[in-house]
Amino acid sequence: MYDLLNVKGLKTAFKNNNQRVSVVNGVDFGINKGEIVGIVGESGCGKSVTSLSIMRLLHDTTGDIQDGKVTFKGENLLDLSERSMRKIRGKEIAMIFQEPMTSLNPVMKIGKQLMQGIILHLKYSKEKAKKHAIDTLKSVGIPRAEDIMNEYPHQLSGGMRQRVMIAIAMSCEPELLIADEPTTALDVTIQAQILELMKRLQSDRGTAILMITHDLGVVAEVCDRVIVMYAGRVVEEASVDELFESPRHPYTKDLIESVPKIGERKSRLYSIPGHVPNPNQMPNGCKFAPRCQHAMEICFNKEPELTSEEKRKHRCWLYQQNNVGREQNLGSK
Amino acid sequence: MAANNLLEVKNIKKYFPLSKGWFSAKGHVKAVDQVSFSIQRGETFSLVGESGCGKSTLGRLINGLIKSDDGEIIFKGKNLTGANEKAWRSYRKPMQMIFQDPYASLSPRMKIKDILDEPLKIHHPELSKETRKTMVQEILDVCGIDAYHLDKYAHEFSGGQRQRIGIARALILKPELIIADEPVSALDVSIQAQVLNLLKELQENYQLTYLFISHDLSVVEHISDKIAVMYLGNIVEISPAEDIFSRPKHPYTQALLSAVPIPNPKVKRERIMLKGEIPNAANPPKGCKFHSRCPHAMDICKTVEPQLKKVEGQMVACHLY
Amino acid sequence: MAEIVTKTDYMPKSRGKLRSFCAAFIHKKTAVASFFFFCLLIILALIGPSIVPYNPQTPDYNHVLQGPSWLHLAGTDEYGRDVFSRLIVGTRLSLGVGISSVLLGAVAGTILGLISGYFGKWVDKTIMRICDVFFAFPDILLAIGIIAILGPGLQNVVIAVAIFNIPSFARVVRGKTLEVKEMLFIEATRSIGATKSRIIFKHVFPETFSTIIVYLTMNLGTAILAAASLSFLGLGASPSSSDWGAMLSMSRDYMGTAFHLVFFPGLIIFLTVLSLNIMGDGLRDVLDPKSKD
Repeated sequence: MYDLLNVKGLKTAFKNNNQRVSVVNGVDFGINKGEIVGIVGESGCGKSVTSLSIMRLLHDTTGDIQDGKVTFKGENLLDLSERSMRKIRGKEIAMIFQEPMTSLNPVMKIGKQLMQGIILHLKYSKEKAKKHAIDTLKSVGIPRAEDIMNEYPHQLSGGMRQRVMIAIAMSCEPELLIADEPTTALDVTIQAQILELMKRLQSDRGTAILMITHDLGVVAEVCDRVIVMYAGRVVEEASVDELFESPRHPYTKDLIESVPKIGERKSRLYSIPGHVPNPNQMPNGCKFAPRCQHAMEICFNKEPELTSEEKRKHRCWLYQQNNVGREQNLGSK
Repeated sequence: MAANNLLEVKNIKKYFPLSKGWFSAKGHVKAVDQVSFSIQRGETFSLVGESGCGKSTLGRLINGLIKSDDGEIIFKGKNLTGANEKAWRSYRKPMQMIFQDPYASLSPRMKIKDILDEPLKIHHPELSKETRKTMVQEILDVCGIDAYHLDKYAHEFSGGQRQRIGIARALILKPELIIADEPVSALDVSIQAQVLNLLKELQENYQLTYLFISHDLSVVEHISDKIAVMYLGNIVEISPAEDIFSRPKHPYTQALLSAVPIPNPKVKRERIMLKGEIPNAANPPKGCKFHSRCPHAMDICKTVEPQLKKVEGQMVACHLY
Repeated sequence: MAEIVTKTDYMPKSRGKLRSFCAAFIHKKTAVASFFFFCLLIILALIGPSIVPYNPQTPDYNHVLQGPSWLHLAGTDEYGRDVFSRLIVGTRLSLGVGISSVLLGAVAGTILGLISGYFGKWVDKTIMRICDVFFAFPDILLAIGIIAILGPGLQNVVIAVAIFNIPSFARVVRGKTLEVKEMLFIEATRSIGATKSRIIFKHVFPETFSTIIVYLTMNLGTAILAAASLSFLGLGASPSSSDWGAMLSMSRDYMGTAFHLVFFPGLIIFLTVLSLNIMGDGLRDVLDPKSKD
């Protein structure tokens, strides 16, 4: 059990042409207070849907949560009324998105957008809210904070907008910040600034961060613990050092291997054959088996469970205790 | 300059007018400002830089999709500047493009076979239908797509496959130069590696020359022979790929390199944090355009714009050298 | 050579464009109803003359100006002709005039719109200013003016209605062209060396097609109405023909005494235009959701 957030057996499906397609299928993980946890995976692995499910922001779309528990400080968020959920969103759990332009209201001044949440959640007076807003802007490294309060989002650059988004998210001092690809739309030098800022906020205020990204570099840079997702499932979970040093799941290994790394020029990059399976046509058994170099017979027939090994977890037949598969594999060699 | 230059660009310039009003021209965005470089046959020349540095505009200028305001483009010894649209159409045959977004760069209403057939129809109307069909199948095979997909539409493919189709379309005319504008940045890591490997193989098999445009330094290092770093419409450094990563000269190159997150938590390094943001391209700083963010800025940087000069085999535009 | 990756590739099930369109359209209940009503009209226009109970042109002076009855569902007119039969037979004429005039206007307007939008600059300015001049006239007045020049008659009604349809098609297609022109695949097609006419007709036009279809449906109603109005004014179909507008025009004098003579032709015009508008709305929601305002 983790002391801030526990996600258990989360299942989210999307309705597509009268067909229910599971995008997130039985995801388990947790976050401790003040921890930075990363979820990595390629597009379509369900990492963003997981975060939207935690925030229960899927209501207006065709997706809905089918099963599971999301316990935040002892309370199951999935049981809450929409009204009580609103009190948690923004105040206890805040979220920032990939595209800072579309997630800010283009016709509202920055100051007003910031103060909205402060007045709503912290019940501050207008003057107090304004002061708090300016302080928050300063704390995320925005110069001329007083002037920025009266500007519109389009007057700011991408990096500044993302800082404003972070300021809005941090203004009510949430205990958990969910960041969905916060630096993907930004340039590298700006990305470095934003990542630095997020690390600082975590160490200064003890905010826990759930970092959703496809970029292994970002994960290595900021996260304490990493969850690797593939085809709607958690395939591996480990501390960041363990994960990069000794990845267990073949997918994690391949993913790390296929990233081009500065200073390691190779004539040929390692590449994983094939593609992420379509949610409509999931393979039986392990979802990675068709692309896996170590696939055994059992992998195509039966899906492995997420099993713990000391402090880490993985979902692979290669490491299942007293499994039939390993013997088969050894036998075949 | 060496005789085996495939492409030479001299002092090319493109300014976009800021407001197209009837009475006022509020100034210009200097998208590409006095850029010169040359690409040798068979090499991969990369343009790197952050958004708005003018790298994509430069690619389009060379392909004639945008007309330059000044300067010369010399391709295979022939000066293409000032040519009209009709002449450009034939110049484009040996000089093809691959685009960033594999979703938007293929026509949504055409079958794959028609998309690939189109360049042949345009440039080789003399070929029979059967010959063209065989050529389409061959090129698809080369790019790793099974021929039974010929009757499908682009939206039925995944991103990586679409990019393969985009590569096939560029390759079918047997070009000499391929301008690849961020060809892998819209793709997932595992697919990115597949496409990069394909590009490398094709280069070896068909003696292709690449102008590779990217913002991703780790991708660029992997594929390039020579790298040009752009900042606000200027090239600040041109170096062989090995040198630029082992001993970057320009402070901007150094900062750019140190900003790339390394997928290894054990590597801790000194990071050069740049102050502030990229200045507005409509109103860039005087002198060296980088001086407002440069950790080594001197007085001279604020007034005199540095020119590219040779420093230990690398070309650098900086007053430090 | 590159590894063939297709074996494990995911391949979304190939769904025909038509099938996915039908799947979405079927949910628009009123639009589907309108569609069937329109189909019925088309069928009537095709086979109408051979299924009507009475000859629409044969006078019957024993039953003049009779109200609706089981014998004459929509009553009879001043010559004792069966109004119901005349309406059915008139479908061909009224729909024919509407459809041919809109098609004519659409073809000309689309070409102008594509040229205007793609080439821009002075070409665009010239075409659009001329369109503005046409927009400044009320439609029906413009048509009357054109007929005044060409002389009355059905053929000239078609031309007149077509002409006032041109600017609206030109403007809509131009707008869509401007949008499509900026798309990446158009640039990609330029980069392989395609000519302008190839880009316009092979690449831009197919993208504007759904907009044109939607607009065609919507304008058809207006065109039928305009043709009927012109016939009502005596500028179109000859008064003795069974055109809906002409029938209305003939029944003007009997409005007080034989209400059904006005009511039934009016009703069918109303229903036709209404169904075309609803159908157009439905098509727009499915084919071109962005243009909804």
